[in-house]
Amino acid sequence: MFAKGTKRKFSDPGEEPALGAELGPVVRPLSSTYSLQRQSLLDMSLIKLQLCHMLVEPNLCRSVLIANTVRQIQEEMTQDGTWQIMTQALAAAQCPADRLVATEVLCRPSEALAAAQSPKPLPAGPEEEEEEEEEEVVVAAAMEEDVDSEANPLSSSSFLPAPFGAEPGWEDEEDDSEDEDSEECPSDAEDVPDSRRGDQVFGTFEIKHPAPPPDPALEELFSDVDPSYYDLDTVLTGMQSTPKMGPYDLLDSLSPHAAPALSTGTSCRSDLNELDHIMEIIVGS
Amino acid sequence: MALRDTSSLHQLKSPKRDLDTQPPDSSMEEESDTRKINNSFLRDHNYATEADIISTVEFNSSGELLATGDKGGRVVVFQREQESKSQSQRRGEYNVYSTFQSHEPEFDYLKSLEIEEKINKIKWLPQQNAAYFLLSTNDKTVKLWKISERDKRPEGYNLKDEDGRIRDPSTITSLRVPVLQPMDLMVEATARRVFSNAHTYHINSISVNSDHQTYISTDDLQVNLWNLEITNRSFNIVDIKPANMEELTEVITSAEFHPQQCHTFAYSSSKGSIRLCDMRQAALCDRHCKYFEEPEDPSTRSFFSEIISSISDVKFSHNGRYLMTRDYLTVKVWDLQMENKPLETYQVHDYLRGKLCSLYENDCIFDKFECVWNGSDSVIMTGSYNNFFRMFDRNTKRDVTLEASRENSKPRAILKPRKVCIGGKRRKDEISVDSLDFSKKILHTTWHPHENIIAVAATNNLYIFQDKVN
Repeated sequence: MFAKGTKRKFSDPGEEPALGAELGPVVRPLSSTYSLQRQSLLDMSLIKLQLCHMLVEPNLCRSVLIANTVRQIQEEMTQDGTWQIMTQALAAAQCPADRLVATEVLCRPSEALAAAQSPKPLPAGPEEEEEEEEEEVVVAAAMEEDVDSEANPLSSSSFLPAPFGAEPGWEDEEDDSEDEDSEECPSDAEDVPDSRRGDQVFGTFEIKHPAPPPDPALEELFSDVDPSYYDLDTVLTGMQSTPKMGPYDLLDSLSPHAAPALSTGTSCRSDLNELDHIMEIIVGS
Repeated sequence: MALRDTSSLHQLKSPKRDLDTQPPDSSMEEESDTRKINNSFLRDHNYATEADIISTVEFNSSGELLATGDKGGRVVVFQREQESKSQSQRRGEYNVYSTFQSHEPEFDYLKSLEIEEKINKIKWLPQQNAAYFLLSTNDKTVKLWKISERDKRPEGYNLKDEDGRIRDPSTITSLRVPVLQPMDLMVEATARRVFSNAHTYHINSISVNSDHQTYISTDDLQVNLWNLEITNRSFNIVDIKPANMEELTEVITSAEFHPQQCHTFAYSSSKGSIRLCDMRQAALCDRHCKYFEEPEDPSTRSFFSEIISSISDVKFSHNGRYLMTRDYLTVKVWDLQMENKPLETYQVHDYLRGKLCSLYENDCIFDKFECVWNGSDSVIMTGSYNNFFRMFDRNTKRDVTLEASRENSKPRAILKPRKVCIGGKRRKDEISVDSLDFSKKILHTTWHPHENIIAVAATNNLYIFQDKVN
């Protein structure tokens, strides 16, 4: 299921991951686990913002709180350099299959995290005219199906609190970056309206494209994910702010993609199975 | 006052919307409810229809009346029975007094969105004559309702006979004066004022001023001041809408007038702060005169810190010296003279701190719990999940968890304190955190202004609990 039938060693972003290395238990879970957790939280939040296509006007307070969470994650990821690495890696991804993977990435995290009760049903059909919106609804509908089949999450998902509820571990990690954050956040906050012009909560999220050397480990980790997914632009309004971000083109790129490929590390399901595997390790089930 | 954690349970379930209790001649035209509610997406099958979910409860200022509003836009008012010596056991129970359809679903054609008829808040006006007045609001429109009794009707008209048919004037040979004759008591509700078109966003609270002439209605970004007599004009006194909506990071979550000072009101925000404003300072109260916020504890900071600090309810104490706020995990009591930190902090369900991600995923983290003072400001109460609600005695520092559930307590039984077990061994009668039912949430509670009677809304059931005397 993984590249060449082996799993990547789960290690720090700073270390060189050995492709083809034997699977081992999580060596230093904190930092990588934290990154994954943070990534999942970002995905979840974007989906929540996206699922606001309701008959009734969405709750502004809820939307603002979720958007603030997304912004917070984005700021932190920008602080420790992850954001640039990720977006650069994503921008570099060319393979059409990657876009298909994006669907899975949208769907699977919910499954892997023992999907939540979706608070409201999705509308029967897409409401927006634009293709991107249509695809998002399709994606979200696919996720909804997954979600529906799950039982009450909180009673059955005893493993869910573990990765996110391990507050001591998680927050220890955060403290390191938190010090950075607290110093830089005030200036960041002021800069936000200026430096990120067009950084719109309910419109677009402009993704920075600086050029630090990409971390190969992280690049691989994120190489399968569609870059435009992280553009709130496409997520929310379907409007493009930066021409670099291609449209969220799921339907176009659907290629017959049956079993997970065993080709290179960019196999579609590798990340997902890895996520599954990580969950299993953490849960111990 | 010692908190009695042995309260006798008096359970009254609100009538299942059969509207038989509605008097036949009621001037409210809404007939029996034949609406079919689509409940295919409801996950908890305990309640019959979503329209029956109670969305607000409120005692009036004497405690004689208790109003509930529900998701279907209906208001049900209960009245306390007069105590009678012969039936001391059935002391002062609450029975249905009036039921009426307050709000209807509407459609905003400009935005192509539905406007829910759900009653967000009910506030009673102080009683000035035999009739009762209350304000009820949905997301967009506030209405003033008059509830009055009629127990006499005039009989003996000249121009029409008893059936109401017009008499032929040529048949009238003599004139008589109509006489008021007693009739069966009829309670009718009429809409006296409709205050609309003042809110772009969803109204989350209303508060009647101590001057009894004005009130405020609050939505996510604005607070509007109304005169109760004037419906075509309101004054905007707080507006936190940024010039560029994309810069919006904070919304107003609740607002309330000071109970005695008619020029003072407070509003809470989604970032966990409370602002006290004086209307005498300026027409637009965008500069607070007091700002209450507790500095964040860096050791507990997480991605969810802001969300759980969002204040869902703010209530002045009856004596006007304190403010109580409810955020997701705690209730805080603030001294109006001390802005930098709360006077008291009470943990409502701290065991949820480790589950915040799940609660974020299923949206429970956005639940808006209310909080309430007792009449003497010595005890505070708020709801939780699994149909639990909590009471905190500010003097003795004791607290208790009780459950509003028909399965677990018989009518008139003393309520047993409940306990949530956090980890390790679970004792008998304890509930583990993972077994809590998060669909059973108690968001709305109210306390009788003078006595130890509380009303608790558990989804579509209304529970009324009283202290056991003798």
